[in-house]
Amino acid sequence: MVPYILRRLLTMIPVLIIVSGITFILMHAAPGGPWDRDPGARQVDANTQKLLTEYYGLDKDPFFQWTTYTFFGENKDGKVVCGAICGNLGPSYRQRGMTIQQILFAPPEGRPWYYSRFGYSLRLAFLAMSVAILIGMPMGILSALKQNTGWDYAAMFISTLGVSIPSFVVAIFLIILFNELDLITIVPKSWDSLGVWVLPAFVLGFGTMSRTARLTRASMLEVIRQDYIRTARSKGLAEGTVITRHMIKNALIPVVTILGPNLAGLITGSFIIETMFSFPGMGRAYVTAIGQRDYSMIMGTTLVFAILISLANISVDIVYGFIDPRIRID
Amino acid sequence: MAETPSKIVTFELPEKRRSLWGDAWYRLVRNKASVAGMIIIIAFFLVAMFAGAIANQNPLEVHSGTDYLPPAWIEKGVNGKPSSPEFLLGTDTLGRDVLARVLYGARVSMVVGIVPTLIVLIVGTIVGLIAGFFGGIWDNLLMRFTDIVWSFPDLLFFIIIMIALRDTFIGNLLNGLFLLFAALAMVGWVGEARVVRGQVLSLKEKEFVEAARCIGAKNGRIMFKHIMPNALGPIIIMGAMTVPGMIITEATLGFLGLGMRPASDPNNLPFFVTSWGVLMNEGNAAIHAQPWLLLMPAICVSLVVLAFTFLGDGLRDALDPRMQGTS
Repeated sequence: MVPYILRRLLTMIPVLIIVSGITFILMHAAPGGPWDRDPGARQVDANTQKLLTEYYGLDKDPFFQWTTYTFFGENKDGKVVCGAICGNLGPSYRQRGMTIQQILFAPPEGRPWYYSRFGYSLRLAFLAMSVAILIGMPMGILSALKQNTGWDYAAMFISTLGVSIPSFVVAIFLIILFNELDLITIVPKSWDSLGVWVLPAFVLGFGTMSRTARLTRASMLEVIRQDYIRTARSKGLAEGTVITRHMIKNALIPVVTILGPNLAGLITGSFIIETMFSFPGMGRAYVTAIGQRDYSMIMGTTLVFAILISLANISVDIVYGFIDPRIRID
Repeated sequence: MAETPSKIVTFELPEKRRSLWGDAWYRLVRNKASVAGMIIIIAFFLVAMFAGAIANQNPLEVHSGTDYLPPAWIEKGVNGKPSSPEFLLGTDTLGRDVLARVLYGARVSMVVGIVPTLIVLIVGTIVGLIAGFFGGIWDNLLMRFTDIVWSFPDLLFFIIIMIALRDTFIGNLLNGLFLLFAALAMVGWVGEARVVRGQVLSLKEKEFVEAARCIGAKNGRIMFKHIMPNALGPIIIMGAMTVPGMIITEATLGFLGLGMRPASDPNNLPFFVTSWGVLMNEGNAAIHAQPWLLLMPAICVSLVVLAFTFLGDGLRDALDPRMQGTS
């Protein structure tokens, strides 16, 4: 098991290097630099631009810049500095004096770590995940047990809505609805009370909830037809025991294995929802960086997202190996 | 003797042969959800094609003084302006007719749904055929490439590509739509190729391929005449399932302000005027005061995406009855 996990983690490295390379090439293909592309604000004068370009090393050879950013290289004082592989994601071009890792991972002063942007996104993703599991799984189980009844059709219709309609469109509908009903404040002043998290967490979790419900239903239907269920019934087990011990336990294997990718999807996929609800998370910082053409911020956040997704993909195979002993992984 | 012909007809009916495809079509049209999906899709296609004839207003004409009108069935909007029967769905910030803009927006969504999907299907099928049939290095290359593409969050990739190349020559073709098509196709073909490859791997061991080889058929003939028609079912299903993803991506990018560039000159109306994503982006600024600006494009996107999902589900059930009822 350990060698397998190590091997999978090692294969992440070339993938991440390529992701970093592609992002870097695309960022450099963009005409203009981060200083001269702010049409709304005052333009930075030519001399300052030149100094800034030199300060951030943007006048160097692009390949050298990339290796410096990703691996290591000399900085302007001639010292060798470790790059992204040491977790050093570089300085932000727009929020001067801050590095990307500070913007993403450092909480406001005097607050615990989960008040950082990453922490906020993580907490929102966990809440959304809870919504998805606590509603999606029972929904799928019930509609499989009551296949082809009104309940089944209703649950499957709702989950088809959730699977196909993008989350920001769901957010639009719900924001307008709740605004008309005057039920809750959409953009709260503080995110300290739990009530204000409900709507964004639900909107974010709706798609995952629907996928979970559909997957649970499909896998339950598969299990219901198995011989061991007939065996369990014929040896006289109570129906409740058959359902909980034999059906659900087996049916949830595929559902549990995709929890990791789901969580990663919720963290990385939340940027539009975060923007719509003015949520102080990583995703909104990313969207802001896009608007400001803060290249190092875009690059750093993309790398963080890519790491999360790669880890999640690996987690599927590992979790599968633990849950289902029939699958041998090495 | 006069009554006999009707009897003959009843006897002939069961004799009529139905091909496998006819069978699948029969299963498809018996599925109510997918028929509803097809009707919605056809309706939106007609709207997209004849947007100019349906809309009674120019989608780009600025009516000064009549900005932010509410829809016709609301007497007075939040801003106190009375509605006008001329603007059925009201007007936007600049006093442009919302209905006309939504109707024209259908064009972009339909084309974005179809064109990149076709590219994806063609490229993916050919690459998948080659990788699956010849195996070896081709197969290895494809698999390694997929590993990279799949570990890149695709929406982030689209966002980065749109930012980077938006102001270049490619980014300006077709109001920015060309770049969008290219980006969507670039990521999309990989999944398609994997599906086709899987099909080919199992099909090439079948007896009919062996038989074809025995009578001296060349590789190309076996690939395109024997294997591909048998893999067509999954290819069609994949195609139908790809379309909603494309439409959603366009809407998302438009909503982020990274989609197509909306046209603005009312005297020179291009084919692609604006898209639903762009409309939602414009409407988002006034989400509390003027919600109908957002509601209409949001409803349209949801309807079209749902319709394609239902059609895709129906196609899967029809073409692959073994898969019925699963996920």
